[in-house]
Amino acid sequence: MKNNKFTIQQVVAAGIGTALFVVLTETQIPVVIVPNTALQVRAALLAFLSAVYGPVVGGIVGLLGHALGDAFFYGSVWWSWVVPDAVFGILVGLFVKQYKIREGGFGGKEIAIFNVIQIVANAIAWVLCAPVLDILIYAEPANKVFGQGAVAFICNAIMIAVLGTLLCFAYSKIMTKTSSLQKEE
Amino acid sequence: MERKLLTYEEKDTWIDKLCGVTKLVFFLCWSVTSMMTYDTRILVLMLVLSLIIFKISRTRWDQVGSVFKFILLFLIINLLAIYLFSPAEGVKIYGTETVLAGSGRYALRAEQLFYEFNIMLKYFTVVPSIFIFIVTTNPSEFAASMNRVGISYKAGYSVAIALRYIPDIQADFRKIRNAQMARGIEMSKKGKLVDRIKSTTAIIFPLVFSSMGRIETISTAMELRSFGKHRKRTWYMARPLKRNDYLVIAISVLFMIVALTITYMDGSRFYNPFV
Repeated sequence: MKNNKFTIQQVVAAGIGTALFVVLTETQIPVVIVPNTALQVRAALLAFLSAVYGPVVGGIVGLLGHALGDAFFYGSVWWSWVVPDAVFGILVGLFVKQYKIREGGFGGKEIAIFNVIQIVANAIAWVLCAPVLDILIYAEPANKVFGQGAVAFICNAIMIAVLGTLLCFAYSKIMTKTSSLQKEE
Repeated sequence: MERKLLTYEEKDTWIDKLCGVTKLVFFLCWSVTSMMTYDTRILVLMLVLSLIIFKISRTRWDQVGSVFKFILLFLIINLLAIYLFSPAEGVKIYGTETVLAGSGRYALRAEQLFYEFNIMLKYFTVVPSIFIFIVTTNPSEFAASMNRVGISYKAGYSVAIALRYIPDIQADFRKIRNAQMARGIEMSKKGKLVDRIKSTTAIIFPLVFSSMGRIETISTAMELRSFGKHRKRTWYMARPLKRNDYLVIAISVLFMIVALTITYMDGSRFYNPFV
């Protein structure tokens, strides 16, 4: 049950996480200004799962969850928006050790680290990755896709800063602190 | 969540009897081709072919109708947005300018119409293939057949769990929402933005935490049954690849290669009728 291997818990977390992500696809609050973007609850879920279970789970949930969600609800898969979600999950998950969520230590410093990383990861995913893929794959006008990307970035960053942080904090609270048990000599 | 999801339904057609993986290969080749090409001739051919396959798969309209209407709405918004942001994108791509009506920035240009027509075709070529993929593929069989093409069975199992638990978690979602509504929390679209965020939170927390509990339970159960102890495992739902599977895979890959060769033969992914 150590690090780099794909553990049983990660297998299950990736599966259930994907299912949750798909179910939450439609739970979003539309932003009127730019078409086809919204405050997405599932973004907060993805950040939370990546922060708890690491990059493998984050990547799978982002990739599979977004692709399945798109396919089931919208009958179409926008790969240029699926990949950034996977990138985001992996990036946030890479720093899993820093958040100490499962050890019950998600406090002030960890909240700051989590938010800095999520904002940077969001910027890479939505301001860089998604528009570039949109242009490469669909040859859509640059100003349109960068506009959409910027809105998606802001929406997701806000959603995760509020709901994502809350989820991590609440989950960390119910986990036992590692220091609460001592090894018997 | 009231909108109907696309779901699998058993039908006795030869498409139904293909392996999940065959259909996945077809679907991936198909979407890669449709993503890469902007060649109108190929897009039209793909559209006709996908409609024929759609007919053969005996997919009924009521299975996919509501989802299709949604895509249509999405497509229209997207096309309008492209026009709004860049009304002369087509001129940039095709290198000529033919003004049909109006003047100035938002003049209606033949190139722009043609460019947006191509985007529309791109959408329409992919949609039927996804419909077919989802309504004709048995989820359990699909997870089993992923393993067959060299994907680790653990990853296959994640997919199987995801597909298996989507309906359960949806049911949880509904239960929690109804319970919260009974407690008087505003869930309709009329509420203010802040209220809507609050009410969403009231659903998300119980849903996520009950799912975290579910993860613990399932992984413990799997560990007790020694999941992951061996490097291989067998699948109850696995089906061997048959002649038809190999045929479909070969044709899909061949089609992708030919279509992309034709597209890029003149050095550009766009088919240009204006020169």
